[in-house]
Amino acid sequence: MTIDLKNLTIQNTHEALVRGDFTVRELVEAYLNVIQSRDGDIHAYLEVYADALQQADLAQEIIKSGKSTLLTGIPFALKDNILLKGKIASSGSKMLENYHATYDATAVARLKKEGAVFIGRTNMDEFAMGGSTENSAYGATKNPHDITRVPGGTSGGSAAAVAADMALVALGSDTGGSIRQPASFCGLVGLKPTYGGVSRYGLMAAVSSFDQIGPITKTVTDAEIIFTAIHGKDEHDGTSISETTYTPQRVGKTKPVIGVPYEFLKANSGSEGESGIDRDVLENFNQSIEHFKKLGFEVKDISLPNISNCLPVYYILNFAEVSSNLARYDGVKYGFNKEGKDFKDEYFKTRAAGFGTEARRRILLGTYVLSSGYYDAYYNKANAARTLITNDFHTAFEKVDIIITPTTPAPAFKIGEKVSNPLAMYLEDIFTVTPNLIGMPAMSIPSGFSEIEGKKLPLGIQMVARHGDEKTLFEAGKIFLGEK
Amino acid sequence: MISQSDIEKLAQLARIELTEEEKQKLAPEIDAILGYVAQIQKISSNTETQPVLGAVKNIIRTDIALNEPSSHTQDILAEAPHREGDYVTVQKIIAQ
Repeated sequence: MTIDLKNLTIQNTHEALVRGDFTVRELVEAYLNVIQSRDGDIHAYLEVYADALQQADLAQEIIKSGKSTLLTGIPFALKDNILLKGKIASSGSKMLENYHATYDATAVARLKKEGAVFIGRTNMDEFAMGGSTENSAYGATKNPHDITRVPGGTSGGSAAAVAADMALVALGSDTGGSIRQPASFCGLVGLKPTYGGVSRYGLMAAVSSFDQIGPITKTVTDAEIIFTAIHGKDEHDGTSISETTYTPQRVGKTKPVIGVPYEFLKANSGSEGESGIDRDVLENFNQSIEHFKKLGFEVKDISLPNISNCLPVYYILNFAEVSSNLARYDGVKYGFNKEGKDFKDEYFKTRAAGFGTEARRRILLGTYVLSSGYYDAYYNKANAARTLITNDFHTAFEKVDIIITPTTPAPAFKIGEKVSNPLAMYLEDIFTVTPNLIGMPAMSIPSGFSEIEGKKLPLGIQMVARHGDEKTLFEAGKIFLGEK
Repeated sequence: MISQSDIEKLAQLARIELTEEEKQKLAPEIDAILGYVAQIQKISSNTETQPVLGAVKNIIRTDIALNEPSSHTQDILAEAPHREGDYVTVQKIIAQ
């Protein structure tokens, strides 16, 4: 039988599985067939798990027993930095090429408990540093909408897998836009939860005060179902939060009130310069706001006086935390080892050969901003600015419930276009880094297309809400996309 | 300006070996990035830093093992590049 993969959602797949329209094995086989025919060009997967069909049969048993949940038998792609016990997790790095996870990440364990099927692990920028999946030690992933372009990053493999019908849904991780930007480039929904919303246990640390695991899906409803399954307090992650940690108070009586930082958008779209917002993106954004108004949403202009510092603040803290977190890769306890002439030399050789260019660059930058003499000028200043930006958002959320911007300043760029200019790659993240700085939840939803060279390239808008208020993001997203 | 010797010092601190070619390439790249992020130095120094991640606070738990003794030992040791029995081995640290 042929399964119409394009139109599958978690809900309708669950119903079809329970009715017996197709089995979990047939479903997983359908995805494996697409992987077989398309992934040679796209390269979303680093590994397709040999036991995917066995997992499918186990899920089928649960369905047969009448104990299935919405996620039983749902095929997931898993980003390569999230642990699944016994399987390789390499974080897109040569450093962990042969590293086998010794335990399940909490998010994975919660999905396993519901009988979700993990099809394979997906490509990413090494240790979650980049914005295009070109920084992987295992080659670049291509955008299924135009294979001459990047899928975004760092969760580019996860987004490409879902966009090309090589998985129904995926897990990614987001440090500064790594779920939302690839979701936007690939025409999908991507959620970065509130900091602490989903346990980081079993997620390889990049920037510990920014990192969050989240879903990449075709619909907002699917993102909500996955978030509901994986979120919540976890004894293994001291920063994980519970339902009662935050009590967001909404100001909109019937619908959430939308805030748009017009001043910030204008400051970034003055000229046709490199850092400006693309004309199609701006036009699509204005149309999206009109669409929200037609749907009955109130839209207000808001001011975020300190937002212009978001990228420098983000990157200083990113470098600092990355250099500390990557110190653990020393060739002693696990992972890659390269022999040196003595104990110390072995560190130098292992870390030179095991890390890729961007990882090494950021380790050096982090070492610089944390070194005595520069610590106050960079790291401490960045922390002070982080407070100022957070206060701006708290003030804005006194009169609105969601803050909307484009997700990215331009649609997916060409492979190789920015790879030799690290600063240009960093500027891509102008809209996505702030929610990580301030710990608030953010979701990218598809908002249309930009036609370039005869290819339709997806665009997205990003919605940010108060701490703990994913609910409002789901509600507004569903109304915008016309989901029931 | 970041010089090549600054890059060498950072690489020493970070325990990463760099080739001459890499040092030459990294110096201007790192210089450009630091030049860009330096704009935050304009921020007033009077701003007080506070934890921004809302309700995050120190979490204390009883100091007891959450798993049975030795239940993960072999899995974890299997990942070590060099081992001898239940020990991870490294090169001699103190020279003769």
